Amino acid sequence: MPSIAKPVATHPSQQRNKLGLTLRDYEGSMSTLCAGCGHDSITAAIVRALWEVSMAPEMLAKMSGIGCSSKTPAYFVRGAHGFNSAHGRMAAISTGAAAANRDLTYIGISGDGDSLSIGIGHLCHAIRRNVRMVYVIENNGVYGLTKGQFSASANVGSTSKRGEPNQMLPIDPVMLGLSIGATFVARSFSGDKEQLIPILKAALAHRGLALIDVISPCVTFNDHSGSTKSYQYTRKHITKATETDFVPPATEILASISQQDVTAVTLHDGTVLRLKSVPPHYDPKDRATVMAYLSEHESRGEIVTGLLFLDESVPDLHELNKSASTPMTQLPFEKLCPGAAELARFQEAFR
Amino acid sequence: MQPYLRSRINDFAIKLANVNGTGSASANGLLMQAVFRMGLPVSGKNLFPSNIQGLPTWYEIRVNKDGYTARALDYDLMVAMNAQTYARDIREVTSGGYLLYDSSWPLEPSLRRDDVHLLPIPLAQLCNEKFTDSRQRILLKNIAYAGALIAFLNIDMPIVEVLLDERFSGKAALRDLNHQALHIGYEYAREHFPCPLPFHLEPMNENEDKILIDGNTAAALGCLYAGATVAAWYPITPATSLMDAFRDLCSKYRRDPETGSNNFVILQAEDELAAIGMVVGASWNGARAFTSTAGPGISLMNELLGLAYYSEIPAVVFDVQRVGPSTGMPTRTQQADLMECAYASHGDTKHIVLFPANPAECFEFAVKSFDLAERFQTPVIVLSDLDIGMNDWVVPRLTWDDSYRPDRGRVLSKQDLERLPAFYRYTGEDPQHVAARTLPGIHRTGAYVTRGSGHNKFGEYTETPAEYQEVMDRLARKHKAAAAFVPLPKVRSHPEAQFGVITIGGCDPAVEEALDLLEDRGVYAGYMRICGFPFHKTVEEFLYSHDRCFIIEQNRDAQLRSLLTLETCVPKTRLRSILAYSGFPLSARHVIDGILAELESDSAIHR
Repeated sequence: MPSIAKPVATHPSQQRNKLGLTLRDYEGSMSTLCAGCGHDSITAAIVRALWEVSMAPEMLAKMSGIGCSSKTPAYFVRGAHGFNSAHGRMAAISTGAAAANRDLTYIGISGDGDSLSIGIGHLCHAIRRNVRMVYVIENNGVYGLTKGQFSASANVGSTSKRGEPNQMLPIDPVMLGLSIGATFVARSFSGDKEQLIPILKAALAHRGLALIDVISPCVTFNDHSGSTKSYQYTRKHITKATETDFVPPATEILASISQQDVTAVTLHDGTVLRLKSVPPHYDPKDRATVMAYLSEHESRGEIVTGLLFLDESVPDLHELNKSASTPMTQLPFEKLCPGAAELARFQEAFR
Repeated sequence: MQPYLRSRINDFAIKLANVNGTGSASANGLLMQAVFRMGLPVSGKNLFPSNIQGLPTWYEIRVNKDGYTARALDYDLMVAMNAQTYARDIREVTSGGYLLYDSSWPLEPSLRRDDVHLLPIPLAQLCNEKFTDSRQRILLKNIAYAGALIAFLNIDMPIVEVLLDERFSGKAALRDLNHQALHIGYEYAREHFPCPLPFHLEPMNENEDKILIDGNTAAALGCLYAGATVAAWYPITPATSLMDAFRDLCSKYRRDPETGSNNFVILQAEDELAAIGMVVGASWNGARAFTSTAGPGISLMNELLGLAYYSEIPAVVFDVQRVGPSTGMPTRTQQADLMECAYASHGDTKHIVLFPANPAECFEFAVKSFDLAERFQTPVIVLSDLDIGMNDWVVPRLTWDDSYRPDRGRVLSKQDLERLPAFYRYTGEDPQHVAARTLPGIHRTGAYVTRGSGHNKFGEYTETPAEYQEVMDRLARKHKAAAAFVPLPKVRSHPEAQFGVITIGGCDPAVEEALDLLEDRGVYAGYMRICGFPFHKTVEEFLYSHDRCFIIEQNRDAQLRSLLTLETCVPKTRLRSILAYSGFPLSARHVIDGILAELESDSAIHR
């Protein structure tokens, strides 16, 4: 089916952001996903978050692989370039893109098949390199486009639509990220925009790879009673570890969450994140206690959500590389080519 | 004992048999460089194992006053430093030739040959007397035989002394040790044997405007000069030294002297899937990006080469070929990735492939590959090989035209986009069937979704047959158009040609030598070396101007011949194969024997 352009209708009363753009300016073409798909809710949250932070559309790069989730970059910010690439390769392609142009904001949309099976190696290494990008895994435990096979994130005992139980242990992207040094790890639920939008905004300001696992039920293949990634199951078992308040740089801090058990983290660009720990003494800056907390709760079948871990001290890809502050794509040729005289001099070493 | 019949000046070959990991490469390189500085045409072939320490390794040096530097198969002198391979090394010495061996231990009588002169030197014993450190003894033993060879071959000692000074500048103690070792061998040879041997060197003046360089370094230099800023790779023999060289060059030329910041990014990827992914991502963003790999890496890169082809993203890939299939023989040379590179990836895909024949062309074609990749918005694969990439070749000094500016192809600027009411990615093709592209970060009018899934000329997702086909047909026309832009084949026609000879890449010196030798016997041939794919029209013209063509290549399955039968209209029966694919560089003898055998079987048929 060809893509469907969405009619752009702007109501004069619609609010405009700092760039003078309305929410509608951050939309894309019409979604071709199933009605009620969790992914569409995530798209809506992304639209909102990007509008709220006044992201200039042309400075955004929308990256994806292949799968239901990977179709979604077409559904937001039509004024941004998108790259709907190959199955599992989004992280590698984004790494190269980010290496070439450090001025763009990268948002990668992936799924559990794309990121936890075929592309898990690339995800791990993008985390290790701390590529500056928002990395969203729209996690539904199932392969949708190929009609309902289990993915690597399916829980033991979770059944397919046909009733077969999954017997293999799941790969949890949150624990994976934490164990290999991810600097920003969050989990949310597609049905909880209140929580997801501030997490996305925080992720956009993070210097490094911001990994966000979003439970996103598949209404067609995995929203039944035997599934642990259904709307019903997720709503019932959700546990919040933190609540996030996003304070942009140079803005007066207006705390909308109570001061008790609040951890304030200043991001590289001056943004202040205020994380309220719902359980007392949860420390989102301490990797070991976060992992212990998650293990404990997940063994009880609870899905812990929130901005779970944050470390702003780790250098990103360009800091590790000591890259020029000018993007590689904008360096003038004269700076790159040593010229004829130098070539002659250089070759003296080959005599 | 057979006398050495010919007294040959500046025309001989020697072979050095060593154990790898003992430092022999340094001694052999020293000899090679000294011969080069004496102004002689010379080549060095390193035949090494896929191993770090303990296995047999050989180095061959051929000197030829007439400039023939393909691999020789007859060795006038064998330096047998590896007891494991004595038996076969002695067999390879030409009758009347010489064998230098370490006589610290007696030579097994069964290994002696009546027609080979022995040059016994107790190298280990001499070094053990002189040096105390056990590791140094092993290393310096090699320098000691180099010293003996200086005497035997009449290598210019002052030149070698200067080379030692250069190598060990600032390391006086090490220089001194090497100097001592060199003289141990030198003096011993002069005292015990008539020096020089009947074949030896006299200075010439052939190298004034030449350099001694390997293809991987030259290719890296080309990438530097072309303005490549992003490189991604996964370590693999024999391509690793290309990226090592690029890193060294960037450290020297791309580091801001004031801030220390880097005007380059080199990414060591987790695998070749990622390496090409990074190149595609960086090129999508508008950087000149490349990767270097070998056959196994190309196998993995097939997937994203197809994506880059179909979504029309430039990418430059160096394939330094080694012996396949599978892991094959990683340290041996071959030309067996032709078919894989020409049509890499599933579906209808075809690529631009360049075939450099020596390090000078590695430099030249590296620059060309970026221009072609951006002009045609497609992957370009530079098909080098281990022999070109890792061996030192004498080539003309590389030159650079300061007026060169990268051909970025059709990329719309901010101003272009401001004037456009709307942008559609694959519309408005130029005479080469290339549509203008836009880069992220420039203007929102230029925004579109790049995709490897079915798309129409507007860049939109499609499953509509006519829309899909329209784009695919343009891609085919675009590839065809590139034929006029790849490097021209090098053609040398002969007025009395009895047949044509066609080859690619590193076969060139062996084929050129063979054709000259055949000419001496009254056998005349036209010669064409193909430099790029898709084939320039002169390729087909050459095929049609000869009744028979012999296609010389280094693979089992006659891949160049296959490509010619697929991509030209010439009848298959006119194309004959001469193949050498055992892993060592081609020699003229392979070519002559192959051609003569074919000619003989033809005349037998006609009798």
